[in-house]
Amino acid sequence: MINKKHIVYLDYAATTPVDPRVLKTMLPFFSEKFGNTMSLYGLGQEAKAALEESRETISDLIKAKPEEIIFTSSATESNNLALKGVALANKNKGGHIIISQIEHPCVMESAKWLEKQGFQVSRIPVDKYGLVGPEDIKKAIRKDTILVSIIHASNEIGTIQPIKEIGKICRKEGVYFHTDAAQSFGKIPIDVNKMNIDLLTASSHKICGPKGAALLFIREGTRIAPLLHGGGQEMGLRSSTINVPAIVGFAKAVKICQKEMAKETQRLIKLRDKLIKGILGKIEDSYLNGHPEKRLPNNANFWFKFVEGESIVIQLDLSGISASTGSACSSAKLEPSHVLSAIGLKHQEAHGSLRLTLGRWIKEKDIDYVLKVLPEAIKRLRKISGVYEKL
Amino acid sequence: MTTKPYYSKKTIEHFTHPENFGEMKNADGIGKVGNPRCGDLMKLYIKVEKKGRKEIIKDVRFHTLGCAAAIATSDMVCDLVKGKSVKEALKINYKDVVKGLGHLPEIKIHCSFLAQQGLRAAIEDYEKRKKK
Repeated sequence: MINKKHIVYLDYAATTPVDPRVLKTMLPFFSEKFGNTMSLYGLGQEAKAALEESRETISDLIKAKPEEIIFTSSATESNNLALKGVALANKNKGGHIIISQIEHPCVMESAKWLEKQGFQVSRIPVDKYGLVGPEDIKKAIRKDTILVSIIHASNEIGTIQPIKEIGKICRKEGVYFHTDAAQSFGKIPIDVNKMNIDLLTASSHKICGPKGAALLFIREGTRIAPLLHGGGQEMGLRSSTINVPAIVGFAKAVKICQKEMAKETQRLIKLRDKLIKGILGKIEDSYLNGHPEKRLPNNANFWFKFVEGESIVIQLDLSGISASTGSACSSAKLEPSHVLSAIGLKHQEAHGSLRLTLGRWIKEKDIDYVLKVLPEAIKRLRKISGVYEKL
Repeated sequence: MTTKPYYSKKTIEHFTHPENFGEMKNADGIGKVGNPRCGDLMKLYIKVEKKGRKEIIKDVRFHTLGCAAAIATSDMVCDLVKGKSVKEALKINYKDVVKGLGHLPEIKIHCSFLAQQGLRAAIEDYEKRKKK
């Protein structure tokens, strides 16, 4: 799709196309080097070597030790393992968990499930930019708190949290600190030691790697229980036959990010800021969601008065632009995004939200195209809504 | 199993080229409805003409702040109503609207309720004004 004419894919936060370099690295591992990492003969050991090499490559990006990385199938699985695994293994220490109000649904739902099992959960509010206050975390920590889990960068509004400060507080209080870095990993520098992180979630398909591979960094000595029991793969923490092709692809994707990150970040920030400035300047009654500076290099999120977001997404799709919205109309529950609600947007404001997320194959001409198409789309939809004309 | 596209061709057509949107001056009935769940808003205007004993809906227009399905169902209900008598129009329900569009995703069926409600509210308003 990406290479076809007139398709401008601006939903990199949802998923990304696999980089051809990644695909090439993966291919031999399907039919040639297909062995099971648990097998003792050559084929198996070849797969095992590829797995361990991948672990090393990936751990290096976040300055972790290779043995501190567990591979899983998705960020959702990693987040489930982090929350439930730590909760279940540390029950004797306490039953209190702290998260923010703007976590990804897989953290929100895991916390809700733990509440049903008798754990207590505090959900820390955020300010209008989506920032969690480290002081609020400090205040919320109790004697029986076992885990703090805060998303590194918001998948919706792109706000980057003061992870280092939060980590420092948790370390001082003797509480495990987990961060969901699905959106930030590979895009901005992460150092699990300098940032005082005990557990970290990252995913392959958000960084031009394949779907089906993700990781959980677990600091040495962390008490955690597995969710999947079986053959004892991944140091007994995640039984399942290892998905070698996907993990090898994940490692290649990481290598590319590591090499290109500094330059790519600068390029994306320039394009993102052109997009934001262009939209706010060209479209009346448009507003930026999230923090103006402390945001992911590839995230732009807006709300527009008197238009509904799903209709914007459909209208843009007809012009070849792929985008997403936090409007209730596009959700399965018919509720507005909990993140937009948490930053104080009213229902009707979240109703008009639009998220555009950039990535590796977005060029300046694509941004120019959006800046041409989007204002016209909003104008047309406002005409249909009728509300706008009278004001 | 065959999979349908999210929106039918007809839905997209009515969304991209709605022929019945816009304000109506001197409307005989106006229906204002909102969907409390998703937040969509709809306004439907009717113009009624008496032909003998029959009251015919001569013209119908809408304004809708909502998703593609809400816009398409608004336009569709207008198409269905135009030229019908008030009595006939009251018989039109959301299923006719969905049928007219081919299909709607399950989650969007409530948008066709809004179209039905908008139409009935406009007729109610018309009847009320008549009594005055």
